[in-house]
This record gives sequence, structure tokens and C-alpha cells, in this order.
Amino acid sequence: MSEGELGRRGFLHVATLVGGAFALGFELPGCMPANMPPRAGGDFVPNAWIRITTTDRIVFALDRVEMGQGTSTSHATLVAEELDVDPKRIEVVAAAAHRAYDNPDPQLGFQITGGSSSVRESFLPLRQAGAVAREMLRQAGARTWGVAASECVAADGEVVHAPSGRRARYGALAAVAATLPIPKNAPLKDPSAFRFIGKRVDRLDARTKVDGSSVYGIDVELPGLLTAVVVRSPTLGGKLTTFDARAVRAQPGIVEVVEIPSGVAIVATHYYRAAAARKYLQTAWDEAKRTSTDGLRAAYDARLDHGADVVAARGSLAAAFERASKVVEARYEIPYLAHATMEPQNATVRLTGELCEIWAPTQAPGLAREAARRITGLAYEQIHIHTTMIGGGFGRRLAQDYVTEALHLAVRIRALGKPVKVIWSREDDMENDVYRPMSAHALRGAVGAVGASAKGEAPRAIGWTHRIVSQSIVAQVGREWGQAIPPSALPQILKLAAGRSAGALYGTNTLTDSSSHEGASDLPYIDAIGAFRAEYAIVETGVPVGFWRSVGHSENCFVVESFMDELAHAAAQDPLAFRLAHLPQGSRTHGVLALAGKMAGWGTPLPAGVFRGVALTHAFKSFCAQVAEVSVTGASIRVHRVVAAVDCGQVVNPDIVRAQVEGAIAFGLSAALHQAIHIEHGHVKEKNFHQFKVLRMHEMPQVEVHIVSSASPPTGIGEPGVPPIAPAVANAVFAATGKRLRKLPLLPALQEAQR
Amino acid sequence: MTRLRVNGRPVEVDAPTDTPLLWILREELHLTGTKFGCGMALCGACTVHLEGEPVRACMATLGEAEGKSVITIEGLGQGGLHPVQEAWLEENVPQCGYCQSGQIMSAVSLLRKKPRPTDDDIDHALSANLCRCGTYVRIRRAVHRAAEKMGREP
Repeated sequence: MSEGELGRRGFLHVATLVGGAFALGFELPGCMPANMPPRAGGDFVPNAWIRITTTDRIVFALDRVEMGQGTSTSHATLVAEELDVDPKRIEVVAAAAHRAYDNPDPQLGFQITGGSSSVRESFLPLRQAGAVAREMLRQAGARTWGVAASECVAADGEVVHAPSGRRARYGALAAVAATLPIPKNAPLKDPSAFRFIGKRVDRLDARTKVDGSSVYGIDVELPGLLTAVVVRSPTLGGKLTTFDARAVRAQPGIVEVVEIPSGVAIVATHYYRAAAARKYLQTAWDEAKRTSTDGLRAAYDARLDHGADVVAARGSLAAAFERASKVVEARYEIPYLAHATMEPQNATVRLTGELCEIWAPTQAPGLAREAARRITGLAYEQIHIHTTMIGGGFGRRLAQDYVTEALHLAVRIRALGKPVKVIWSREDDMENDVYRPMSAHALRGAVGAVGASAKGEAPRAIGWTHRIVSQSIVAQVGREWGQAIPPSALPQILKLAAGRSAGALYGTNTLTDSSSHEGASDLPYIDAIGAFRAEYAIVETGVPVGFWRSVGHSENCFVVESFMDELAHAAAQDPLAFRLAHLPQGSRTHGVLALAGKMAGWGTPLPAGVFRGVALTHAFKSFCAQVAEVSVTGASIRVHRVVAAVDCGQVVNPDIVRAQVEGAIAFGLSAALHQAIHIEHGHVKEKNFHQFKVLRMHEMPQVEVHIVSSASPPTGIGEPGVPPIAPAVANAVFAATGKRLRKLPLLPALQEAQR
Repeated sequence: MTRLRVNGRPVEVDAPTDTPLLWILREELHLTGTKFGCGMALCGACTVHLEGEPVRACMATLGEAEGKSVITIEGLGQGGLHPVQEAWLEENVPQCGYCQSGQIMSAVSLLRKKPRPTDDDIDHALSANLCRCGTYVRIRRAVHRAAEKMGREP
């Protein structure tokens, strides 16, 4: 259904007004996910998220995709809490693509799961959705029994009229509830009455993930399904000039070989048929652009010598550096990175004259729908997005290139009348990622007495400049999204840069992509330092870039927390105490850092050869500090234990918060120790896991996660655990060896430092 | 026609014998619990048991499985859940879950050989299985928990 139709049909109800954000509740005829139970008379559907059937099934449409971060459990818990049912009773299905499910975060104003926003942005709307349903069920009980609603209580899946002892399951009241007007608002539980929020609820998606029955995008099966592989340019940005598929067509199981914008698609009865025939394809490419990371590195380094756009500034740097007792200068280097989700990219499309169905592991069903509209010419109501279980996202699946490609293929082979699934091999996936940007950093720090008469006081950081050179992700996706999304659907982050101007505005740094300098321009120590400047030099290289778990923080935290360590050592002070001295007492940054230090036993003796490093981040509105215990033997770095403290406000599920931080440490450690994407004459050198290494079991440290108890609104947890681990480890390596590693990944950097 | 036993059931497959067992399981037998991760035996997502031994189904071929017994994640519990799967649930191990079939198959194999594995044993046996979400801490705990469970059972 189109957004316009939605209004015309009049089944739109503004159900709630929460925290200044509208949460829209309404029925979505034809737009309910395929795996929703078929709509039956009497079903109670108070809003876009909840359906209670007359058979007492409680179905929740999950609009923040499950990619391992736990939304199916946390979000069902939010609904269950206010509906007052055990979360285990809730059937979670993936929501369809619809504007009702737009992310309420104005920075992410469309249906997108990212930015560690899911619990933060759903906390009130989903509770409201549950509370409205509960209130209506209570009213339905009262109406059914002809008693006062005030005498009816909804609890544990039923409505009870205590005076008469009458009780009814929610399902038994669904048909009556469905006839009632939807209230604008319903009272929310007081946090002291929470039964599930803040407690461990076992993951609702775990059962199907341990018995193999969970259906990921790559597992989708349909009658007559064809499977394709796509042979893409061996170099970044290369264009197909000619191809010869005669030998491919002679192979068994090959159905069709066609050119599509991204390359040549070999369509077969099975993946193994397409994959086996691939080597028979002859192709020629126009490989005009031959980028190399070595060349880019030199260019980035040269760019650091020139001024750039100032993105944050305060105080008098000249004065600070004038009175500094020590000045420290350093340059840091960060490589491109692949996402390497365990499930390679894939998408399945069934296209008929009237209907385009897409099954995809996507973080942005709304963008997938826009792509389908653009490529097929069909209208919204003719496009159904089935978001599958997702084998790892980490930002990779915000880009819709793999969906777009499958759509182009489906259009191209529409005459075959069969659905098609495109599966990327691991090599396809690694060579055609949207990479975490490479960057270069130049910093200058002044250490000195804080006041003119502060003799005898411990010196502090009193001046700090940081210049960053990197590509802008938003400049790149802004072009794509700005073209793909009609103005009515444009997210706030891109609204100013609508249409053609999006890329230009961000590309020229007229509008600054804050994700490029987050964590650097908003350094937690700025207030104490006083004199500060952050600059950003935007560059374009033609290398596709994308959001990678914790985005700019993943790079900038390594740089600023390593440099803060350099200043601590320049000031001859303990790195933890030095940091704490630059944070306001009682602040959340101070609290989380002090807690990590305390729980790690900072300052207490360690086994011989083991050293500590510490780092802090304020990212995605949360706070995370980590202490790493590290030993260095020869050129090998062993991380024995990591103690993490996290403050993410009100916690919905502490076990999932812990799991996210444990996982973030493993994810961040993979990058810190091992990972880089190199490009040579346009070729991505790393093609599989032997070259792009992911942390393995024997490298995994013990992890302790300490959660700050908080009544503040919930904030992000999927990403904030990633940034601190690299600097914490690098700082420990410095403590162990006296070698300051200013390049990621650390293992080759250490080898280089030892030469 | 190639004959083999999959999860205790005799099956016949009409496909080239050099086809990776992984794709026979997934595309011919519709057992999609065994996952494709790398195609080079680097990640372990496709781990199955061939004659009781863990193998990477992306490199094992249909021909190598001829006349042999293959157990996949779907056949592990024989109706219910295997104690290893139960332990996985109790520790809330899975995140995205994509690698977990392979992790579980490797863990079952480890426990068959070493009913009381040490952390080092676990590191050794499971280092061939990648988890991008980083559930290693919990996998380690779950293997110990499963060992306890299986030790208690007759």
C-alpha cells in the first residue's frame, strides 16, 4: 500500500505520542509479513506490531532486524512487559517494509537497523504498543462481562475480574477488543513493577539457531528457485566490455547467462552448478581505475601536511602550546576493513507482472523496497520484503547492493517465470564490500601546568589538535540514498542534501559527515584540555566505503586513546589516573572508567610479563571503558583478559548486554590484531579468511563485563564495546615493550617496530 | 547415482561426485542447517560428521561420502536436543547463529573424544570454527556445561 493510500483508507490511527515522537499504530492490510498468521476475523490488531488471534497466539512484528544483537528478545520483552505476558509466549516475526516502522531517530529516519539505536528508540514506542493492547483487552473484558473496567486487571496473559472471579485469556477477548476504539495513550508500568525488563530473558531466537532450523537469507527455498553467481570486475570499479559464455552454457544445470550492471550472472538450477561453471566464463573488463592502498597511503600522508576544515575548536591553542612543558606529535594510520559477515551476501527475488517479492538478510528493508520500486517500476503495494534471519550485519547490510543486483537479474530473466537467488562466494563478498574507510591522522598535544601558578601540580593535557584524512561514508551513500529515496521518505540526515546535491554537499565537506570524526571532535577530555581543534580533510578515492560496526569511533578511538596514553607518559603519569583527572567527577565517563579500573585491579601486581592498557569511549550515547591484560612474546601479542565497564542507561536484558560487549571485544580484537584490506592496482588482495583473519577461539581472552546500574534512558550497546579494545591492547603493548604502535593492525605494526 | 546415509536415512543423489558435500546437503537434500561460509575449509560453518569424524563439508565431496554415514545438525538430537545443544541454550550462546551448527558439531566431536575437556582442549578443537559475533566465551562455558551434563547421563 502506498503511504497516500494509507491515509485515504483511514485505518491510520495516531495511537501514541511518546517523547515528542509519533508512534503510529494501524493495520497493514497486505503488508503484514508472510509468516504472520493469516488474518482471520476477530484478530485483535491494535497497532503495527501486535496481533492477538482468537486462538490466543500473540504475534509481534519485529521491526528492528535480528542479526545477532538480540532485538527479537529485547523488543519482544518490551511488548511483553506492558502487555503482561511472558516473553516466551510471544511469536516473533520479521516486520514487512512499511513507513510505520521508520526508525524514530531523526538521524536515521527510515526503516533501518543501525547506529545502536534499536533499544534506545523502541523502548517507549513498543511499551506503548503493549500498554495500549493491554488496556483495550481490559476494556474488552469489562464489556464482555458488563462490569466496570476499573475492576478488571490484565495480568499474565489473561484479564481477570476479581469481584466475580471471571477470567479470560487474551485470545478469547481478541474479537471484542478489535471492535474498540484505540486509545491515544495508555499508562506505562512504573519501572519498579517490571517483571522482565532488566532481568535475564533467554534469547527467543536461540532454539532455532542450535537445531539448524533458523532460515537465513541463503537458506530460502521456493518452488522452481534458480540460483545464480555473478562474475564481477576483478578490479574496483571496472566495467564489463565483452564476455563469452558459450562454454558456460555447455555445462550441466546452466539455465541462462546474462549481463547485469554489476557483471555477468550465471543462472543455474543449483549454486553448485553455477559455481562449477564459473571458470568457463570469458570476460574482458575496462579496468581504467587502478587504485592501490600504498599510493593512497602516501597521498593521505601528504594531505596531512595541509590545513583542513575545522569541525570543532575551542580555546587558544597558541597560548597552550606556548606554555607547554612538553609537546607531543604523532601520526596514526588506519586501514580499510571488510565486514566479513559469516553469511555471505545473498538475496532472493520472485518477480511477476504484479508482484515483486524479496527475501533478504537486510538491515534496511525500507531501502530494499525503494530499490525494488526503482528497478521494477512497481508500486509500494506490489513489493513485499521478507527480512530473513541475518547471519551477521555489522553495518554491511545497510548497503543494498546485493539486493539491487538480484533485482536487476530478476528483471533480466523475468521471462523464465522463476524466482532467483544470488549467492556471493566468500571471495565475492570480500572483494566487493563497502569497506570501513582507510584514514590518516596527525595529532599535536601540549602537556603542562593547568594554571599559571600551578607549580607542583601534576601536568595535564592543555592543548590538542587532530587532523583526519579519510573518505566520507555519508558522501558516498548520500549519493545512492539521495537518488533512491523520494523526498517524502528522505531521512533527516540527508534531508538537507536532497537529491542530486547530497553527494556534492557531503563530498565537498559543505555538510560535514560527523561519522568521519566522531570520537575525535567530541573527545571526552575536551573540557579539561581547554584548547582544542579537530580538522577533517575529506578525500575521494573511488573505493566503496560503508558503515562498519561503531563507524568513526572504531578508528578514532584507537587514535585518541593511544594519543592520550602518549600524553600521560609524556607527563610521567599513570595512564588511568591521567585520564580520570581530565574527566569531571561524577560524570558517566568518569564513572565507567573508574569502574573498569577498579574491577580490573588497576595498579595491583600481574603475573610476570603481563601488562595493562586502558581505553575509554563515549559512543552511541553510551559509555564503555576497557582494561586489557596483555603479554608480548617475540612478535606475538596475547590478550589474556579484558575487563569492560559499560553504562548504557536502563538495561532491558543484562545477559544480552554482556553478550554484546563480549562479542564487540572479539570483533574489535580481530581488527586490532589482524585485519586490513589492501588494494593493489585495483585488486583487493584479501579474498578469504586465511588472508583476512578473524579472531579464533584460542585467541579469545577472558572477558568480564560490568554494567553500571542506571535509570537513564537506554542507549546503544551493539557498537560501543568495539572502539576501546584496540587502544587498550596497544597501550598495554606499550607498557610491555615501550613501543608505541601507531598503525592498525597491531601484529604487523609490532613486527615493523621490532625490525 | 551416489548412495549414502544422512542422519540415519539412506539417500540417493544424482549429482557429479566432485560436488562439495555441503551443497548436496543444502540443495539436493534441503538440509540447510549446515552453512556456507568460505568454501575453503577455513571457517568451519559447514562442519558435519562423516563416519563420526568432523569434516568440512565445503571441501569433502559427494564421492568421498559414498556409502558412508553423514550426520548434520538436523540429525544430531534424534528427535530432541543433544545435550550440547541444550547447553548452548542454557548459556545463551548464539548471536547471529550462523556459525553455531558448525560449532556444535565440532563440540560434539570433541566431547566424544574428551568427555572432560580442558580450556586448551576446547581451544584446540574449536579453533577451526570462526564466530564473527564473538561468542567464544560462551561456547567455552557451554562445552564445559555439556561435558557435565553428559557425564551425569548414563
